[in-house]
Amino acid sequence: MISLLSRAPQLVRRVMPAAMFAAALAFLPQAARAESSTRIAPDATEFTLPNGLQVVVIPDHRAPIVTHMIWYRVGAADDPPGKSGIAHFLEHLMFKGTKAHPAGEFSGRVSEMGGAENAFTTNDATAYHQTIAKDQLATVMAFESDRMEGLILNDAVVLPERDVILEERRMRIDNDPGAQFYEAMNAALYQNHHYGIPTIGWADEMAKLSRQDALDFYGRYYTPNNAVLVVAGDVTADEVRRLAEETYGRVPRRAELAPRDRPKEPPPRAERTLAMSDPRVSQPSWSRTYLAPSYSTAKPDEAESLDLLADILGRGPTSRLYRALVVDKPIASAVGAYYSGDNLDYGQLGIIATPRDGVSVDQLQAEIDRIVDDVRAHGVTADELERAKKRTRASAIFAQDSQGSLARIIGTSLLAGQTLADVQSWPDRINAVTTDDVSAAADKYLDKRRSVTGVLKPAPADGRS
Amino acid sequence: MTFHFSRLVATRPLIAAAGLIMLVTSAQAMQIKDIVSPGGVKAWLVEDYAVPIVAVNFAFEGGAAQDPADKPGVANMLSGLLDEGAGDLDSKAFQSALDSRSIQLSFDAGRDEFFGTIRMLAEDQDEGFGLLALALQSPRFDAEPVERIRAQIDSSIRQSAKDPEQVAITTMCATAFPNHPYGRPLEGSEASVKAIAVPDLQDYRRRVFARDNLHIAIVGAIDEAEAGKMLDRVFGPLQAKAELTPVPDAVPLGGDIRIDMPNPQTVVRFGGPGLARHDPDFMAAYVVNHIFGGGSFSSRLYTEVREKRGLAYSVSSTLVPMAHANAVAGGTATRADRADETVEIIRGEAKRFAEEGPTADELAKAKSYLVGSYALRFDSSAKIARQLLAIQLDGLPIDYVEKRNDMIAAVTLDDAKRVAKRIYGGATNMMVLVGPKKSEAAPRT
Repeated sequence: MISLLSRAPQLVRRVMPAAMFAAALAFLPQAARAESSTRIAPDATEFTLPNGLQVVVIPDHRAPIVTHMIWYRVGAADDPPGKSGIAHFLEHLMFKGTKAHPAGEFSGRVSEMGGAENAFTTNDATAYHQTIAKDQLATVMAFESDRMEGLILNDAVVLPERDVILEERRMRIDNDPGAQFYEAMNAALYQNHHYGIPTIGWADEMAKLSRQDALDFYGRYYTPNNAVLVVAGDVTADEVRRLAEETYGRVPRRAELAPRDRPKEPPPRAERTLAMSDPRVSQPSWSRTYLAPSYSTAKPDEAESLDLLADILGRGPTSRLYRALVVDKPIASAVGAYYSGDNLDYGQLGIIATPRDGVSVDQLQAEIDRIVDDVRAHGVTADELERAKKRTRASAIFAQDSQGSLARIIGTSLLAGQTLADVQSWPDRINAVTTDDVSAAADKYLDKRRSVTGVLKPAPADGRS
Repeated sequence: MTFHFSRLVATRPLIAAAGLIMLVTSAQAMQIKDIVSPGGVKAWLVEDYAVPIVAVNFAFEGGAAQDPADKPGVANMLSGLLDEGAGDLDSKAFQSALDSRSIQLSFDAGRDEFFGTIRMLAEDQDEGFGLLALALQSPRFDAEPVERIRAQIDSSIRQSAKDPEQVAITTMCATAFPNHPYGRPLEGSEASVKAIAVPDLQDYRRRVFARDNLHIAIVGAIDEAEAGKMLDRVFGPLQAKAELTPVPDAVPLGGDIRIDMPNPQTVVRFGGPGLARHDPDFMAAYVVNHIFGGGSFSSRLYTEVREKRGLAYSVSSTLVPMAHANAVAGGTATRADRADETVEIIRGEAKRFAEEGPTADELAKAKSYLVGSYALRFDSSAKIARQLLAIQLDGLPIDYVEKRNDMIAAVTLDDAKRVAKRIYGGATNMMVLVGPKKSEAAPRT
């Protein structure tokens, strides 16, 4: 809702991204990944430079505008033990200048040319991007390729920026008991994998991050053979190839990377439950997260089936959970389900609900369990599946409306271990899913032993008496 | 009119450092047509067949300012109920009809406008416009959805009461605009939402949903003839004239308010009188605010509060021109033990900016950014529809899109200094702090 003197517009530069906000995304359409009835970004092409930089070009000639994104195959789940938050801290520090271009010069040029820029860090990736008039593409490629190898840091810029990320953490997490609880849920879901560590980092470790930590991380991971360039908009593959050769092509391989073999989860055996109370909470909320495979680790059709399953269970007002719990037997004021399959190593399937006044969390949980058990035992109907496929196809077409979102979808998927062809053929694979596939996925992954269940409750305002 | 993208990107003022004028030679053009349906309903239309989507954004002037004085929240509640059953379709049937074709329909109550948006695949437009017509012309307000939406709003109000940002905003509005519709909570209060009855919703719809206070933007795979038919079907049956309650003009008052909430940060909101959208100085004010705190990474506030001192992650200011009052407002969330320091910096920067205004270099860079970035507001059909509606609501002509950058470019340093003085002298008249008590905001190492 639009509000007078509304929240000051948020500077989303160097923000924390997807994983942290999975909870917030629970009520949004899950399937904004894709596109038309046949292929996503059918005109997209890819090539690799001799130094190992992978390049994807997505032509869209509707406006003379280009979105330029450089993605590094490193994210928060690659933070060394005890140094949580370093990937994200480095992302902030990448705006502090290089040998060739002092702090502020790159951002100043983007701003003068009327461009929009930002950067973000996820569990698996760190990305820097600009949207600019097409005639400025060469300029941003020159600056961005310089930043791949020329970063200069000193404590005069590093230390205030460390205070900024600590304030960012307080603003995003500590001000919000829901975010604090999500962090705890995540830490319980992942018993060994680093996805259990918050992308922004734990506060005490963030407070100790140093200039040298950032430079070490930079030297180890920021190299053309560990990066993907995605350019979408009013360009051709030939133009981008020529510009990429002149800019990124001059950056030598700065490091050789081992395969991203990160600590794995043990077989999940114990159902976990968490509870938290906070005086800032006005009403209870209930959530459950199941450990699932991601698109890159799932068996064929499994991730697609999980996308459709989450849609049928809890996307929007006609979903099973909403119908049953919000409309027919009104015991919840809100409920939703989501599948996030865009990580490299694991995905998760989640359900979130808020009981109505006077309804106990136990009663709500019992009803949700009943609905989940039913879908495990009996699967979904052909009609439900058809509707979910239609919604998925529509959201894929809606996504084609924005070059920026296409670039982001494709970048995210490539960084999560998929190929361009995988992304392009995603709608076809969704179309091929059968009710048996969905039933099998439901039975396999909606298993409580794979899950964490959490209740966040109000607490008396005066906790000290 | 025809509006060429190339004009946008080509008329960028010359930057000394860049030393080049880049001419974009693309042939792309976005044609905005001013259309009138056979039945007399007006709209702006952009035909675009690149992606098979149709998007329509519209608004009725009125908004939450038309809520009954003793029942704030009527417009907001209505916005939640229009897609919960209409005509012969009850809530389930209506939602199924939307869902089966992935038609995205939403309504939203603003302070001065009641907004609606529909977006769908072009192949589904007949069904989509039929549902939109039902929602506007014959919503049902059945007991089940009314109570369900009431419960959702109630729960949102109670959550907002514990959210420091929401508390700061609500407090600021109530203090700035006492006894005025802008001072009342847009969502309503727990008590008023309890008291809203179906006749209140019906009465609001009857008074506000009319053709003389309506603005419409259509973008996508639809031609003028089809659009005309749609306009008559959806909006034609509405009454010709709205019956709006007059809203008095107001000037926001100031105040210093501190509210205790147990959070690790202190939320700061500030504000003061601003400029009307039709004020001859508005464009200069827009440029000047960009320099002061308008969301760039080099604004005065960003540099002083974040870059130099690391006191906050985000800090900014914005102009808030409304139909009956105008404000400048801004805020941050800062470490609690140094909240007073942050406030002093903001006050000091506002004072200094009012006295000295921006430098010639700041002005040149801001103008360059604002001119160059305008095209980015038009890179998807959803964004184009949003822009075209906003321009109509601001009372601007259809060629505004073409002239806007020249207006920005024409702002002189004298204009900028004069306007900075007009606005920023009073920009911190209102200062609201929501955070822990001073004694509990322990310093951190």
